[in-house]
Amino acid sequence: MEIINFTPLSAALGGALIGLSAAFLLLVKGRVAGISGIFGGIVYPEKGDVSWRILFIAGLIIGGFIYQWLGAGAGVDHIEAVVGTPWLIAAGLLVGVGTTIGTGCTSGHGICGLARRSPRSLVATVTFMATAFVTVYIIRHLFTGGA
Amino acid sequence: MTNAKSLSAALFAGILFGFGLSVAQMIDPAKVVNFLDVFGTWDPSLAFVMGGGLLVNAIATPLILKRGKPILAELFRIPGKSQVDRRIVIGGVLFGAGWGLAGYCPGPMITSLSFVDGSILTIFTAYVVGTLGAKFGLAKYEDYKQQKHQANEACVG
Repeated sequence: MEIINFTPLSAALGGALIGLSAAFLLLVKGRVAGISGIFGGIVYPEKGDVSWRILFIAGLIIGGFIYQWLGAGAGVDHIEAVVGTPWLIAAGLLVGVGTTIGTGCTSGHGICGLARRSPRSLVATVTFMATAFVTVYIIRHLFTGGA
Repeated sequence: MTNAKSLSAALFAGILFGFGLSVAQMIDPAKVVNFLDVFGTWDPSLAFVMGGGLLVNAIATPLILKRGKPILAELFRIPGKSQVDRRIVIGGVLFGAGWGLAGYCPGPMITSLSFVDGSILTIFTAYVVGTLGAKFGLAKYEDYKQQKHQANEACVG
């Protein structure tokens, strides 16, 4: 094991901002800040419960824009996919199907659900984290000889 | 008026969330995959993202829920289900495989649309199709279960 690019301060600060956002949404609107859940309610709309979701999702993208605008040159200034197009398509489908069947993703289960000590969210988080670790191990160390 | 306030609150929460994900550099799929690569080039940073988010939220959530109701809504809409079922595990395995494969979970994926990049649009489109397909599939499955349930009741009756 070799530790690289470790940025604990910006990571903890960013994490704290995410936690504040989730707390704010719960305090003001009484809703859980689970991204896949909020977004799922737009692509498969529930009557009368869509407009706030669109604004929240638009906010995510605006937050990304603000970061790029403020941090020109620092941190992340462009995105490079780690796999080719066919794998991106497979990954997108898996994330969409998986978060819909499993009723949540890293934010809904990992940050909000665990904060409420939900057993469902604990099992979900352990399952997707473990599968993600195993997936990366298979791709990076079994198929490509550690390259 | 309340509605405008409530929508602004949703927008503000989204901006804060997207900005937080960006500051944490979780929008960089290479960083995410390196976090998941404990036996190779390990970047432990994302543990601090989840830790930071969870710490703030774990302190705030019980205090907020004590209020009885949110500021701009009638009630807290918290998932009521707490029992663990097959769905949680099957969904978790599929999602985890997709996350490990490309390094994108939904929040960073949507936030990264701000980079207007071809690879993001590709994975995002597949994510929308996957979500929609699963929603339709689940709705059909629920209908089927209900019909079967009703048929069983009819037999018993």
